[in-house]
Amino acid sequence: MGAWPTLPPYGHFLGITVEEGPLFRMPFGISVTGRPHFVHGGALAGLLEIAAVGTVMEALRDEAGAHVKPINVTVDFMRGGRERDTFAAATVLRLGNRIANVEAFAWQEDRAKLIASARMTLMVRRAASGGEG
Amino acid sequence: MTQPTPPERPTDFDPVLVTRMVSSFGHNGALGARYVAHGTDWVELALDYRAELVGDEETKVLASGPVIALMDMATSLATWVRRGRFEPQATLDLRVDYLRAAVPERTVIGHGECYRLTRRIAFVRGFAHDGDPADPIAHVAGTFMMTEVA
Repeated sequence: MGAWPTLPPYGHFLGITVEEGPLFRMPFGISVTGRPHFVHGGALAGLLEIAAVGTVMEALRDEAGAHVKPINVTVDFMRGGRERDTFAAATVLRLGNRIANVEAFAWQEDRAKLIASARMTLMVRRAASGGEG
Repeated sequence: MTQPTPPERPTDFDPVLVTRMVSSFGHNGALGARYVAHGTDWVELALDYRAELVGDEETKVLASGPVIALMDMATSLATWVRRGRFEPQATLDLRVDYLRAAVPERTVIGHGECYRLTRRIAFVRGFAHDGDPADPIAHVAGTFMMTEVA
């Protein structure tokens, strides 16, 4: 695919793969199971964060040396995740010089039925800063 | 307004045993969090550094996801020690402030506290540090809902 994102080791630990979009897919498996037959909330939060960071990195792909650091995240859990693939995608609400505000969503068979969402604030570090903040 | 349940004395709920059980299975098992200590309304767990939990290959800093999972588990256990028994619950929301990056190779300690308990909702907060509780790496706040209370 060639596109970002190169997943960090933790992304591989969760079994996440990236598709066009970017769309993030986390298959069900023992290592992401919480209570029996359900996806663990921590794994869902991890998927949402990886989708949020990955989508910001995708938006920054033309800027060599740019990277981000998480400031905070708020995760809402809306439905239990069942024994099937979980998908996640993110929207960059604002990409400033220093701060990115991102919203990420996770669902399973029906994109309209969210199982979790996250709002994330990230610090953006650009190689050469300039322009409006 | 709902009356909060007062903190109960330590009873049947054994966080040592439950941590061992929970950590033997699934995502918590893969993370491998260990029991450290507990009080009447708090539980402390430890997460050892592992290369596969790294979030940034360049800096070798632990990803934020495992810190959320650790705090979710520590705060969940805190609700049960405060209640004095296990009660099925679901996480409604969890907010994490990443105060600074954890130092690579260091074990992360997660301190979870249940500061208010009603019949249906548990309010929790906590922090994580990598050696010095006065210099935390993360602060969390969240709520749980009891799933089997009418």
